[in-house]
Amino acid sequence: MPRTSDEPNAHLVNHDLVNKDLLRPVALLSTRFFLVVALLGMVVLAGFSAWGYQLYNGIGVAGIRRPVFWGFYITNFVFWIGISHAGTLISAILRLANAGWRRPITRCAEVITVFALLIGAMFPVIHLGRPWQAFWLIPYPNERGLWPNYRSPLMWDFFAINTYLIGSTTFLILPIIPDFALARDKFSGWRKRFYGILSLGWRGTQRQWHRLETAMQIMAIIIIPVAVSVHTIVSWDFAMTPVPMWHSTIFAPYFVAGAIFSGIAALIVAMVFLRRFLHLEEYLPPVCFDNLGKLLLLMSLLWLYFVFAERLTVWYGNETAEVSVLWLTQRGPYRYLFWIMVACNFGIPFPLLAIKKLRTISGTCIASIAVVGGMWLERYLIIVPSLSRKFLPYAWGTYRPTWVEITITVATFAGMALLYVLFAKFVPIISIWELKVGMREASESELPIVAQADLRTDNIAPERANNQAGGRGQFQK
Amino acid sequence: MSHRWGMVVDLDRCTGCEACVVACHAENNIPTVGEEQALKGRAIHWIRVERYYEGEFPEVRVKFQPVLCQQCDNAPCEPVCPTYASYHTEEGLNGQVYNRCLGTRYCANACPYTVRFFNFFNPAWDKPLHLQLNPEVSVRQVGIMEKCTFCVQRIKSAEVHAKMEKRDLREGEPTPACVQSCPPKALVFGDLNDPESEVSRMTRSRRGAKLLGELGTQPKVTYLQREDWNAKNI
Repeated sequence: MPRTSDEPNAHLVNHDLVNKDLLRPVALLSTRFFLVVALLGMVVLAGFSAWGYQLYNGIGVAGIRRPVFWGFYITNFVFWIGISHAGTLISAILRLANAGWRRPITRCAEVITVFALLIGAMFPVIHLGRPWQAFWLIPYPNERGLWPNYRSPLMWDFFAINTYLIGSTTFLILPIIPDFALARDKFSGWRKRFYGILSLGWRGTQRQWHRLETAMQIMAIIIIPVAVSVHTIVSWDFAMTPVPMWHSTIFAPYFVAGAIFSGIAALIVAMVFLRRFLHLEEYLPPVCFDNLGKLLLLMSLLWLYFVFAERLTVWYGNETAEVSVLWLTQRGPYRYLFWIMVACNFGIPFPLLAIKKLRTISGTCIASIAVVGGMWLERYLIIVPSLSRKFLPYAWGTYRPTWVEITITVATFAGMALLYVLFAKFVPIISIWELKVGMREASESELPIVAQADLRTDNIAPERANNQAGGRGQFQK
Repeated sequence: MSHRWGMVVDLDRCTGCEACVVACHAENNIPTVGEEQALKGRAIHWIRVERYYEGEFPEVRVKFQPVLCQQCDNAPCEPVCPTYASYHTEEGLNGQVYNRCLGTRYCANACPYTVRFFNFFNPAWDKPLHLQLNPEVSVRQVGIMEKCTFCVQRIKSAEVHAKMEKRDLREGEPTPACVQSCPPKALVFGDLNDPESEVSRMTRSRRGAKLLGELGTQPKVTYLQREDWNAKNI
């Protein structure tokens, strides 16, 4: 196996301690946990109530109107599908590049993907005029001989998102299996039975490890084109129609870059919260944030480049309808939102990420929160102004969201947090076995070759283990 | 002989009286959404008379332009529908299958003419309008897209009658409600496949132009520009 010099957890040497540290959040139930779950659950419940209200009264309780037929819901759809690019794509690329600092962050990232996809995929259904007929999008043989229209970008979306959901769920679950087995071995009682079922008979034999690693390798390669295709197709929902400033070839790469941008930001925010509330300071060291911060900086510059290229060509081309939409966002009533977006996606993150002194954990966290907000605004500014100024001035219109849309939007953020908190309660949020592989590689590169034979059996030099344990006397289990 | 239905709107003749709008409402069971919803831009008018003003007061010129579904040959609304609710009929109309519509509203976004209308709530009519519903036309549920059909119920009825009498359709036999009710005869409807029909002859007029023709949607509605405007511009 190739050596990597960027192991962030080289200081961790005691495998038992790692087991205890990372299984502790799974084992303990605190009042704080229940409080957080109750609070988030209430917000989610409010969201479902708002949706119920909309189902009962009709889609008209949302703020959409003619000609702005798509509003908050589609914005949320694009936003959450974008966030889902955090995980699987980043973790797959870092796995293939064999970047050592990926080890503690892959699982946090992959979970974001699965949950963000689940949330994002709800929105096309929420926004339907008749959501109870949504199953018509599924191609199933029926007595009327009717099939969905495969020429519609919405159908491409349906398949792309389902493929990505299946792929990223597999990609998430595969490397959890050894950790479930570890939990099964360490716990007793109902937890032992629970994790025993989830570990799918994992015994840690040579053959099982070999299969797991082969499967991970294959999935990491497959998932990258799938992830790129998903946001490409989401962009084509817009780019395929003759709507001013939508009908553009730049949209596919623009959306993919934006998705990765917001995805990395969401990942950093999630990691900061995990680090603080699950006491993972030693496992998520600053180097992870530093490296992700650099990636975020790159994406921020790329985003600015795309926005510039898109707007310059529209302005120079000077086509009547397109320019009218352009000025609506640059000079018209949307100009405040536009400049807030630029500030959030470039103005705030650029100095925080470019200056090494500011690229700390809190620095990257502030930048990331700005980017998440800015990217939501970006989607809103892509969708709404174009629709409100189509070709015939007589049919222009504006859009304002109602409380129903706002409640559902807020509820999705709470829903994401709730799913994340619950996941971290049932599954070790840091991949324990992958961390140990990293530890072993780090120590192998330090120790003489003869000592490596001992390491294979998890025997750690006793004095080093004691030093580690002594420094953390507060830990009890 | 297969038909290809088309329309001509003579802007020289249109007075902006909106009789077509009223006739369309009555014929096609179009709900009256009420003041509050209309203010929100949710009023449904399959045909509308757009007013454009040119010049500064008092030298103001007003131009009336009735806009309805252009029944495009290359319609942007059709391919985007995931369930084939909007599709191209054999006679070249842009069909809308209400029962098949999910309400994605994608077609309405794609339509450059903004002539597709959405039922944000279940339909309602101010009394006593609820007593005059046309039994030939289905009433649309909440969450469904609707638009001008060229009064397809009248076209079908005329075709069935002609078939029963074993003859071809006569000129002017199917007439949409808007055309029938237009006092100055600004609207002309007919078969574009018949080169001698009035609509075909007028479509070939040198005053003829397509609305947003540059988008390549190939509309079957032709607008005849105002003669005095042409004179001024030439």
